[in-house]
Amino acid sequence: MTRVSNVLGIENKKPSIEEILEAGTFLVSGEIGPPKGPDIEEMIHHVDLLKDIVHAMNITDNQSSVMRYPSLATALIILEHGGEPNLQVTCRDRNRMAIESDLLFAYTRGVRSVLCLTGDSVPVGDHKESKSVFDLESVQLLNLIRTMEEGNDLGGNEMNGPVKFYPGAIVTPEADPLEPQLLKFEKKVEAGARWFQTQAIYDMDHFAKFMKTAREYPVKLQAGLVLLVSAGMAKYMNKNVPGVFVPDDLIDEMASAEKGKALDTGIKIMARQIKRIREENLADGVHIMAIGKEEVVPRILEEAELNITKL
Amino acid sequence: MIITKQKPFEVVLEELTGAKSVFLVGCGDCATLCETGGEDQVKEIAEKLESEGKKVAGSVVLEVGCHELDAKKEFRGHKDELAEADAILVMSCGAGTQAVRAVSDKPVFPSNDTLFLGNILRYGHYEEKCRLCGDCILDATGAICPVTRCHKGILNGPCGGTDNGKCEVDPDKDCGWTLIYQQLEKEGRVGEMKEYRPPKNWNTVLKPGRFVIPSRQKGGDEGE
Ligand code: SF4
Ligand code: SF4
Repeated sequence: MTRVSNVLGIENKKPSIEEILEAGTFLVSGEIGPPKGPDIEEMIHHVDLLKDIVHAMNITDNQSSVMRYPSLATALIILEHGGEPNLQVTCRDRNRMAIESDLLFAYTRGVRSVLCLTGDSVPVGDHKESKSVFDLESVQLLNLIRTMEEGNDLGGNEMNGPVKFYPGAIVTPEADPLEPQLLKFEKKVEAGARWFQTQAIYDMDHFAKFMKTAREYPVKLQAGLVLLVSAGMAKYMNKNVPGVFVPDDLIDEMASAEKGKALDTGIKIMARQIKRIREENLADGVHIMAIGKEEVVPRILEEAELNITKL
Repeated sequence: MIITKQKPFEVVLEELTGAKSVFLVGCGDCATLCETGGEDQVKEIAEKLESEGKKVAGSVVLEVGCHELDAKKEFRGHKDELAEADAILVMSCGAGTQAVRAVSDKPVFPSNDTLFLGNILRYGHYEEKCRLCGDCILDATGAICPVTRCHKGILNGPCGGTDNGKCEVDPDKDCGWTLIYQQLEKEGRVGEMKEYRPPKNWNTVLKPGRFVIPSRQKGGDEGE
C-alpha cells in the first residue's frame, strides 16, 4: 500500500501498522508530542531519532487539552522525513465536519492509520475557558471512518470517492470500574477498531489478566508504556491520572535509585516490561511514551534487546 | 427550575452607573427559590442601592419572571414609578430579564448570572440533569442523562477518565456513565449499553427555539 504522501511526491515505503500487525510482527511505536509554538526543530530531531528504530510514531492531538502544533501537520512532517505516522484524532476541538475534512486531507497525503479518541476534557488543559465540542466521541468517530470508507459523509452525502484507513482506538485496562470500560472496548471493536493501544500499564499481572479477555476479540493490541522518571512522578500519576496505577514495588524501585540515576531505573523498568511482554506474548506490540525524554528511546530499545530490523 | 446566582454588588452598581433612579423587578418562582430575586433580595438590594445614593423608584416581584404577558399586566400598575426610573434592574434569570426587555423601553440590566436548568436536591442544593437537547434518549440509559451527566456528553459509554466512579474533570462529581452502568445493571439491562448510539442531531430545535403547542397551532391566537 504505497501512496504518494505529499505535494512533493515523496513516497512512503515504510510498511504500515496494518501490514506489520497482520503479518504477526511485534509492533513497536513511539510518540511525538508536538511543541507549543512555531519552533519545530526539536520535534523534527525527535522524528529523525525515532523514525528508523520504531515502526510508527503516534502524534498527539492537543494532548491533555493543551494547545500545540497540529497533529495533522506533524504527520506530514513525519512522512516527509521517511517515518510512519499514526495520527491521533480527538473529538474535543472539531465538529464532525471539521474531522471529516481533516481525514480527507490526511488520506490524500498518505496517512494510513488513525487512532480514534474522544479526547481529554477542556478544563484539564491550558485553555480552560474554551468551548468544548464533542459533537462526536470515539465510538462515533470509528463509525465515521467506516462511513467515509464506504464513500459517504455523515451528512448522508456521497463523496467523490472512498478513503481507506487502519482505524485504531485505546482502552484502559486499569479503569475503575472495569466492566463498563470493557463494554466500551467491545463497542469500539464493533465500530471498526482494528487495533488498540492501552493507557499506560505498569501492573503486568493485572495486564496479563486483562489480555485474556481482550484476546477473545478479533483485534490486535499494543501495551502502552510510559517511562517513569522519578518516584514522585509515579505517585503523582497514581493520584492524578485516572486509569493509571503504578504498583508500590515499582515506586520503591524508583525511590531507591541512586541520586541522579532515577531515569536509568525508569529505563531499566521499561526494558524489563518490554522483555516480559515479548517473552510471555502478552501483547502484539508496545507503544512507548517517553514524554519529554525521547532522547532515551534508543537506550530503552537497546536494553530491551528490541531491534525492529531483526523482528 | 432555572438556577441563578447573584452578580457581585459592585458589578450591579457598575451596570447602573448612568441611572439615578432604578426600578427593581424580582421573580416569585425560580429566582425566589435561588434567593436571587425574591421579596427579601429585592428589599436588600434596594437598601444597598439607596446607601450608594441611588433612588429606588419602585419594585415588583412578578409571579413568574419569564411570563411576558404577566409582566406587561403588572407593569401597568407601576406606570408612574416606571416612568420615573432611568433603568430597570431585573433580579431573575436571563429569560426573565428579557421578558422585561420585551415589555418596556427603558434600559434593562440583569442582577444575576443564569447557570442551568436544575433539579432541587434539597432546599438550596441544585443539580443539572437535563440540557434540553430536544431528542430525549433517557429510555436507553436507565433514565440517567449522558448528554448532561457525562461531562463530555459521550453517548456510547465511559471514557478512560473515570476514576473510582468519579469524573476526570471533578472528583466531587459522579461519572455519569458509571451511574448509567450501575442503574442498567440493577435493572438487568446492561446488554443495552452495547447498542451503538449514532451522533446526535444537535439541531432538533433551531436556535433560538420557538414552539407552539398543537392545540394552539390552528385557528391562530385564540386565547388573548
Ligand atoms: S437526553 Fe438528556 S438532555 Fe436530552 S432531553 Fe433527555 S434528559 Fe434532557
Ligand atoms: S469520567 Fe465519566 S462523566 Fe466524566 S467525561 Fe468520562 S465518561 Fe463522562
